[in-house]
Amino acid sequence: MKTTGSGFWQTATLLLVGVGIVLFALSGFMTPLLGTVLSPLVNVQEWLATRYMAVYEFVTVPRDVAALRARNQQLEQEVTSLQAQIIELQQQLREAQVLYALLDFARSNPQGGQYVAAAVIGKDPNPFLKYVFIDRGSDDGLRRGMPVITNQGLVGQIDAVTATAARVRLITDPSSVVNVRIEPHRSEAQLVGSVTGDLTVEMVSQDAPLQPGDLVLTSGLGGTFPSDLLIGQVISVRKQSNELFQSAAIQPVVDFSTLQAVLVITNFRPVDFSPLIPANTP
Amino acid sequence: MLVSLLGIPIFTILLMLQLAIVSRLPLLQGTADLLMLFVIGWALHERVKHAWQWSLIAGIMVSLVSATPFFAPLFAYLIATAIGRLLQRQVWQTPILAMLLMTFIGTVLYHGITFVVLFFNGTALPIQESISLVTLPSTLLNLIFALPIFVIVNDLAHWVYPVEVI
Repeated sequence: MKTTGSGFWQTATLLLVGVGIVLFALSGFMTPLLGTVLSPLVNVQEWLATRYMAVYEFVTVPRDVAALRARNQQLEQEVTSLQAQIIELQQQLREAQVLYALLDFARSNPQGGQYVAAAVIGKDPNPFLKYVFIDRGSDDGLRRGMPVITNQGLVGQIDAVTATAARVRLITDPSSVVNVRIEPHRSEAQLVGSVTGDLTVEMVSQDAPLQPGDLVLTSGLGGTFPSDLLIGQVISVRKQSNELFQSAAIQPVVDFSTLQAVLVITNFRPVDFSPLIPANTP
Repeated sequence: MLVSLLGIPIFTILLMLQLAIVSRLPLLQGTADLLMLFVIGWALHERVKHAWQWSLIAGIMVSLVSATPFFAPLFAYLIATAIGRLLQRQVWQTPILAMLLMTFIGTVLYHGITFVVLFFNGTALPIQESISLVTLPSTLLNLIFALPIFVIVNDLAHWVYPVEVI
């Protein structure tokens, strides 16, 4: 009985203490005490959480790096692919610009020539010769002897033709001879190529007032080329009083080293003088 | 017979590479000649039994395509093959040296023949400029290309003429 009575009082005391603590807490009197007690606990909790996250990251981050590497590789491949596309598009743009320039030339040419555009697809394997190959042939109406030009000026003449391709002898070839007229004084001369690809006008009369800067155009004499096609400009004159003729070095308007596309004048046929030459000419 | 015909596609590919790329990569005015190097390498290889046929194929192909008159490349390639076969019997122990030596001889020979045929065709080339601006740079380029071509020819020869295991 005694035991039962003391247990009652103990329980009642605990209840009163508990209610008192709750009332103290609700009324705010416990806050400093709680702060003092909880602060180290929070610190410990923070330390534990930090360590746990470190361990978690240590376990999980390698998988993320692998995923990032895979993603990086994928993006690098995309960048490479896009760069290749850019280069291809730039190449197409350059080709289009060349073709537009040729088209403009063909439209604006007052001579009213008929043209076939062709791409340069190769160069003669013999380094002594200056010939190029184009991707148009007799199927496109090309014939031997037709003049080949660009929007800038004269390139050469068709030397051989197959059904789908043709070989063009450039005016820089050592065997090439073109009858030209030098403006503004209208002197007649011959333009010859060389093994180095340099152009020279020869057979210029000593009386002709040849000057650097003079323009060189086809004269049309001989019937191998139409007249008034621009070839280049005089850059230096070689004149000696003891020689019959003077000569001059020419800077061509066409850059033969980067020739990509050309126009073939299809309505011009070179004149064949061979029947007029007697067979027994001494 | 089939081995001889194999030369046609190989030289067709080489000719396309030559026209489209190698001829457009000049050193001064000189360019390399892939087909001649291949013909020389083929002629110098000890296992090769169809050197003349391949030389003929390459020579005809280049002669038909090039503007060089009188089938000059064909004669140049055949003479280079003859010298190469002769050299192969004499100094076969040092094929690399033979290749380099034949590259030099072949280039000079080809350019010499071109020079002569162009002269008889009415185009007289200046000798000094031709040597300094065309032949010497071409020789240098050919010597540079000779080693990779030699390796390719060597592999091709081992593939075309495998060792017979008894």
